[in-house]
Parts: sequence; structure tokens; C-alpha cells
Amino acid sequence: MSATGLKLSIPRSRHVLPGFRLSLGLTLFYLTSIVLIPLLALVIRPIELGFDGFWASISTPRVLAALRLSFGMALVAAVIDSVFGFIIAWVLVRYRFPGKALLDAVIDLPFALPTAVAGIALSTLYAPNGWIGSILAEYGIRIAYTPWGVLVAMTFIGLPFTVRTLQPVLSELGLEIEEAAATLGATRLQTIARVVLPMLMPAILTGAAMAFARGVGEYGSIIFIAGNIPAVSEIAPLLIVTKLEQYDYAGAAAIGVVMLAASFVMLLALNGLQSWAAKRR
Amino acid sequence: MTQSHLQIAARARRFNRPTEDPLWLKALLGSVAIGFIAILLLLPLALVFKEAFAQGAAPFLAAIAEPDTLAAVKLSLTAAAIAVPLNTVFGIAAAWSIAKFDFPGKTFLVTLIDLPFSVSPVVSGLIYVLVFGMNGWFGPALADYNVRILFALPGIVLATMFVTFPFVARELIPLMMDQGRSEEEAAATLGASGFSTFLRVTLPNIKWGLLYGILLCNARALGEFGAVSVVSGHIRGATNTMPLHVELLYNSYDYVGAFTVAALLAMLALITLALKSFLEWRYADELAASHRH
Repeated sequence: MSATGLKLSIPRSRHVLPGFRLSLGLTLFYLTSIVLIPLLALVIRPIELGFDGFWASISTPRVLAALRLSFGMALVAAVIDSVFGFIIAWVLVRYRFPGKALLDAVIDLPFALPTAVAGIALSTLYAPNGWIGSILAEYGIRIAYTPWGVLVAMTFIGLPFTVRTLQPVLSELGLEIEEAAATLGATRLQTIARVVLPMLMPAILTGAAMAFARGVGEYGSIIFIAGNIPAVSEIAPLLIVTKLEQYDYAGAAAIGVVMLAASFVMLLALNGLQSWAAKRR
Repeated sequence: MTQSHLQIAARARRFNRPTEDPLWLKALLGSVAIGFIAILLLLPLALVFKEAFAQGAAPFLAAIAEPDTLAAVKLSLTAAAIAVPLNTVFGIAAAWSIAKFDFPGKTFLVTLIDLPFSVSPVVSGLIYVLVFGMNGWFGPALADYNVRILFALPGIVLATMFVTFPFVARELIPLMMDQGRSEEEAAATLGASGFSTFLRVTLPNIKWGLLYGILLCNARALGEFGAVSVVSGHIRGATNTMPLHVELLYNSYDYVGAFTVAALLAMLALITLALKSFLEWRYADELAASHRH
């Protein structure tokens, strides 16, 4: 076959493989009916409130307090998870010790354990008569049924994100760079602070962003331990449920839209972080 | 070897490896890591089993045999048995179209498929209430025809499908993109039909990745709480899934019952983790490179 013959045959059968229309059609149909149309229903719903009504329904002190709690505590939890996630990833990648594989597998527990199970377990553990709660009670510290309970649950649920984003990056990071820094006279601390940490920064931020996003939306593991006192330890997702139970669909949708907008921003930030990380590689 | 030899060897080793942390630092970081994991993750897990068997094995078994508990187990299994296969078919279709063909807007499509992961579980349930609820789009029309979506099995299945939507697809898409399309093209040029190409060429290549995706999808489907809680209506013995039944028992101060159902779910989580670790260890090459979340 001549070169021109080949070229001519390409446009006629652009897809050698069958099933393009079927598989893409099925994908788009399923995506539209299960994900996009219901999400559209959420975005459209608050329109009936008008802009002023929308603003009025999300700017009540109770809603603002719930949003502040969900976003604020998720941020603190993401920071805690990043610090301990870094230490755990470092230990799992760099050190060898018996039982390491088991420890590694356990990290995914918050992914695998249903949130309601985690919720009642954490609540019982940190209650004033629980294993941890009773010890802390002697020092006058209360976790369960306070905003700190929200923090504990969010830290629990976010830990795998920070560890699992760091682990592969840390193990790909060759020892050569650290050796080079050492031969050039850097102390170990300088090497970590000025060579290793900057290279890991995209992964650390990505993991933190994922833990934050998960914490903001988390419901099941929090509601048992939080005590759910309005304007004190009531998270935003719970307020959506409360509004639904009062048949205030538009009010529930208004909070839902705020949270959806926040997750869109997080998704964009994560995509940006990933392309930043890809460029640095 | 004499004592001094050992010392020299040890010192030499230390000099050779500037990247090796000193022993005290290893001990410190190791105990911080293990301590944090033990307190944050393992203690709650241990507590679930301890509380479930707080009064011995007999109340545990009696709690399982409760008709409402059995109904919850049955409902959870039914919902997963519908949602997981549907999402598997979708995942394969999505991966086939995205990995084997070129078309504009592909990256955007992948982002849309991942979208349910970044939506709060409660919002995932809320959207179906807004579509099918009495104040929703289709609610009044459905009520006229006496079709129940919300507070019934279809609503639970829909909410479960939404939250587990990306699992199979996001495992298969990177895997099938890595594998390229030359093997399938060869099969097609040799005259194999599309179906037999998929069955004999693609499926053997992706089977472990597919299993991995289904495993995670199934675990989430059986354990989902927030989304299902919004659409279920919490009708005891009828629309209560296992996680919802845990909440109901816990809030009615039946702690043994609550932790018994919780222990069943925790065992499921442990089995999932064990299988997942096994697949990651044994078939690492045949899973997507990005399997670490």
C-alpha cells in the first residue's frame, strides 16, 4: 500500500475499535441522569428565594456559625493531619521495622470504616466516661459534645488523604539530593527544611486540601460526637438535614449551594496544585 | 570481629549514609507515628468490638437475630447488589470511551466523573430530595402515579449510586490509558468482534483493577450513611440500612445492639482492607499507578 493510500484510509475509519458511540453514549446518559440533573436541581432551587432571600437564609447567625465551624475546624484538622501525615509517611517510607505492612494497611481504615461506626466509636471513646474521655476529664478537658469533638472526627476522617498523597512522592524522591546537600555541608535539619520539604510541598498541600474538603462535607462521623448544639457545635451538613426535616427545601438548598461552591473551588485548587506539581517534576 | 572493629564498621556506616536518621530520631518519629495511629485509628476499632461483646456472645448473637437488624442487613445488601453492578457497567463504559478513543472535552468529562467524591454526602442525598421530594421537581407527578422513590428502596439505591459513582471508573481510566489501544486494535484487525475483543483482550488486562474498583465501591455502598440518611426516611425494619440502624439503636440507648451492627460493618471494613492490601501487594503492576488515592 502506498503512503497516500494509507493516508486516505485513515479518515474513513478513524476508530478502528468498535463501541465508541455505545460506550460514550452510555457514559453521558448515566452521568447526566445520576449526577448532573440532580445537581442542577440543587443549583436552581435557591432561585425561588431571590438574591435577597438567598442571602437572608444563609446569613442567619445559626447558619453562619455552622459554616464557620465546618470550614474552620476542617482547616485545623487538615493542618494536624498534614503534620502527622508527614511523620507517618516518613516513617513508612524511610524506616524498616516489623509490622510495617500492617501499619500501612491500617492507614486506610477511615476510608473503609462506615462513618456511622466511626461516629459512635469516637463518641463513646471521648465521652466523659469513655477510655480517653475519662483520662482527659481528670484534667478538666472535655472533647465529646463540644466543638473539639468535631475536630477529633475530622482529623480521623482526613488522615489517609495526607499520608497517601505524600507516600508515593516521598518514595520517588531519590536519596541523591539529600546526599548532595549533605556533601555540600548542609546539616540534616537544613537538608530537610530547605531541600526535602520544598520538594514535597505540592503533595503536602494536595493532601491537606483533600483532607479539608472531606472534613467540610463530613457528616456521619461527626454528628454523634459533636453534641450538635446550635451555633456552638452544629456543623453545616447537619443544618441541611434539620432544614429538610422542617420542609425548608430552599433553605437547605441554599446551604447546599454554598458547600457545593466551596467544593468546586477546592476541586479547581486541587487541579491547579496537581499541574503545579507536574511542572516541578 | 573485635569490639573496635564493630565500632569502626558502625562509624563507617554512619559516615556513608548521611540520609540515615540517627537512632534517637527514628525511635522518636516511629513512636509518634505508631502512637498517633494507635490512638486515632486503632482505639475506636477496638472499642467497637469490645462494646459489641460487652455482655458476652449471647447478646451479640441475639442482637444480630433481631428482625429489624436482619431487615437492615437485607436492605443494605439489596441496595449494594443494584448499585455496584450498575456502577461497574458505567465504569467500564466510561473507561472504554475515554481510554480507547480521542474526543474533545475528555479531561472535562473525567473531572465530572470525579465530581461526586467532592460533594458532601448530605448534599448528595439532598439533590435527590429536590428532584423526587413532594416539594421537588417530579414529586407531585410521581405521587399521582403512586410511585415511591424517596423514603423507599429506589431513593436509597440512587443515593448509593451517586456516592459510589466514580470508584470503578477512576480505577479503570488511568489503567486502560496506560495500556494503550494497540492490543485491541490488533484483535479488531484480525476480525474479532467488539464484544469478544473486550472479553478476551481487554478484560484479562484489567481484571485486577476492575476487582479493586468493585471492592472499594462495594465497601462504600454498604457503609454509606449521610446521603442515604437524607433519602431513607428512617422507617425501622423497612428503609433502614445497616449504618442507619446503627444510628437508630445508638440513639435509643441500645448500645450492645448498636455496636453489634457496627461490629458487622467493621468486620466488612477489615475484610475490605485485607483484600485491598493483598491486591496492592500481589498485583501492583496490574493496578492503576495512581491507586494511592
